[in-house]
Amino acid sequence: MPPTPMVESIARAPPQSSAPILSVRALRTYFHLNEGIVRAVDGVSFDVRPGRTLGIVGESGCGKSVMARSILGIVDRPGRVEAGEVWLHGAGGSAEPVDLMTLASDGAQMRAIRGKEIALIFQEPMASFSHYYTVGNQIMEGILEHSDATQKEARARAIELLRTVGVPQPERRIDEYPFQLSGGLRQRVMIAMALACDPRVLIADEPTTALDVTTQAQILDLLRGLQQQRGLALILITHDMGVIAEMADDVVVMYLGRAVEKGKVDDIFHAPRHPYTRALLRSIPSIMAAPRTKLATLGGSIPHPFNRPAGCPFHPRCPESIAGVCDQALPPLLSEADGREVSCFLYGGRP
Amino acid sequence: MNVLEVVDLRKHFPIRRGFLRRIVGHVRAVDGVSFHIRKGETLALVGESGCGKTTVSRCILRALAPTSGAIEFTVDGKVVDLATLSKRELKRYRRHMQMVFQDPFSSLNPRMGIADIIGEPLLVNGMRSAEERRKRVAELLDMVQLPRAYRNRFPHAFSGGQRQRIGIARALALNPSLIVADEPVSALDVSVQAQIINLMIDLQDRLGLTYLFVAHDLSVVKHVSDRVAVMYVGRIVEIAGTQALFEAPKHPYTEALLSAVPKPDPRIRADRVILERDVADPANPPPGCHFHPRCRYAQERCRVETPPLESIEPHRWVSCHRARELSLRGVR
Repeated sequence: MPPTPMVESIARAPPQSSAPILSVRALRTYFHLNEGIVRAVDGVSFDVRPGRTLGIVGESGCGKSVMARSILGIVDRPGRVEAGEVWLHGAGGSAEPVDLMTLASDGAQMRAIRGKEIALIFQEPMASFSHYYTVGNQIMEGILEHSDATQKEARARAIELLRTVGVPQPERRIDEYPFQLSGGLRQRVMIAMALACDPRVLIADEPTTALDVTTQAQILDLLRGLQQQRGLALILITHDMGVIAEMADDVVVMYLGRAVEKGKVDDIFHAPRHPYTRALLRSIPSIMAAPRTKLATLGGSIPHPFNRPAGCPFHPRCPESIAGVCDQALPPLLSEADGREVSCFLYGGRP
Repeated sequence: MNVLEVVDLRKHFPIRRGFLRRIVGHVRAVDGVSFHIRKGETLALVGESGCGKTTVSRCILRALAPTSGAIEFTVDGKVVDLATLSKRELKRYRRHMQMVFQDPFSSLNPRMGIADIIGEPLLVNGMRSAEERRKRVAELLDMVQLPRAYRNRFPHAFSGGQRQRIGIARALALNPSLIVADEPVSALDVSVQAQIINLMIDLQDRLGLTYLFVAHDLSVVKHVSDRVAVMYVGRIVEIAGTQALFEAPKHPYTEALLSAVPKPDPRIRADRVILERDVADPANPPPGCHFHPRCRYAQERCRVETPPLESIEPHRWVSCHRARELSLRGVR
């Protein structure tokens, strides 16, 4: 008998707002290179709540991946977190939030949080596994690190996790090496590894970019199911507006290291305010477009990080740029009545 | 008029094992593919990784020698079968087929100025006069909307989108009858992707170009193509006009593929067909219809008998036993 493929409903219960589990405040991560300083993340703030998905969207070089690594204190040299706070609430059952930025990145406290409280799924599963260990060993490593489980218990738990993420024949697969698995299975194993210690926050950095669409649909479906079961707070980082539309509750749009607009997913897609968000939405090819229709384009391309424009970093490409204003000062991120935040002089904050 | 007619194309790669490198099996990357491309149109060849779409395009360009089948290419009113030509004979026809590559960073020689990159096909094909080449290169730069003043710069000075323009200019240099574009926009950022898609549509309208557009991104395909051929594990499962295929697919795999594409609108988080399992292994495909283990409409017959690619209505070919009775969901 073939398996019965299913048509699954993605309709969800309306997410209730609750206290944030992770609060990022004015985070700045710079790379000090001989040629100059690259401000990869330049003052970004957001909150992540349990059971909800925060989508972080932007094109290459907008700093979205560096931000994920900054939260976990694993930015590679010559990168450095310069300023900002990352408050994790309720770590280890404590009532007091901790600021992860004050912890030593290789200290015991941070190691207890990484993987246990906050886990990360990387974009390219092949590059983030070791080739020399079986997938079972790699999943068990985290379990053994963060709990008192014995080898045997850890193995049983790893098999259970593989089953949860939909890996067929987990008893056999656990002893295979990553190169023996297909791209979709590898990404499932990566998710199993991230879930090994039952984290409360899951950061998924382009989790489906390297995958085919039908596999992408499987993985997104899996993430959504796991989130519902476990009340995970999910940070989904992607360049794909379609994935954001399907998955996110709240959205942060980034451009050159800065959040240019934040809001609820429906507002972002149906009433975008920042000219960059509007241009981005108009320029994405849509499967619902009429055949052979040209796209609205955004002139120019993303500036090189060393040639970051003065003033609003988007102004050279912005069709609504105000001469003498946008090229002079950086627009502040202003809150609006509907809970939206926009960083653009068109909506106020002019010096 | 057809520029290209591919008939029952096959490309099998041997799998060799052991000390003597004996052949122990074959990867049937392309396993009986037929389609045609009319002059001035864009045919998109879509499918997921490993379905054989790139192998098809490489066989057409004869970067690979096909195992069997015919590739009938029409040049100046004459039809030649590219599949059987020798390397020497092929040389005369190569100028009529050009390629636009996926990766704009590795497909341009970093040590050549862009005037030389774009002018090289002219030189190789006998345009000896430097003055003539200069003029043609300037024309080509205009066509792809790059300033003529950039002609002496090197590839590293250009962004990904600009490099792709250079690649297109090079492909246009010899007025080819067919341009094969293999994932030409998939390495680009969205805002740049739109510029290149528009450029390709514009150039086609102005110059009457014919494209074989190989891609995995169905949203991009919707914007550029007149007709679409969907491949699955080495075979074409459906060919139809773009609108018809997207609106009312006739093959269950097309349906699943369309439904898997994320729609850029949070208000339509609709029901979705989730395919179970992985794509079949082209070295060891299932019997019957290759898609049957993942197909929710599969019947006994599908497990045994390979469905032929049949015309079920004008301009539409489908390879499914149940194509006529099924009513499948598309996107509006």
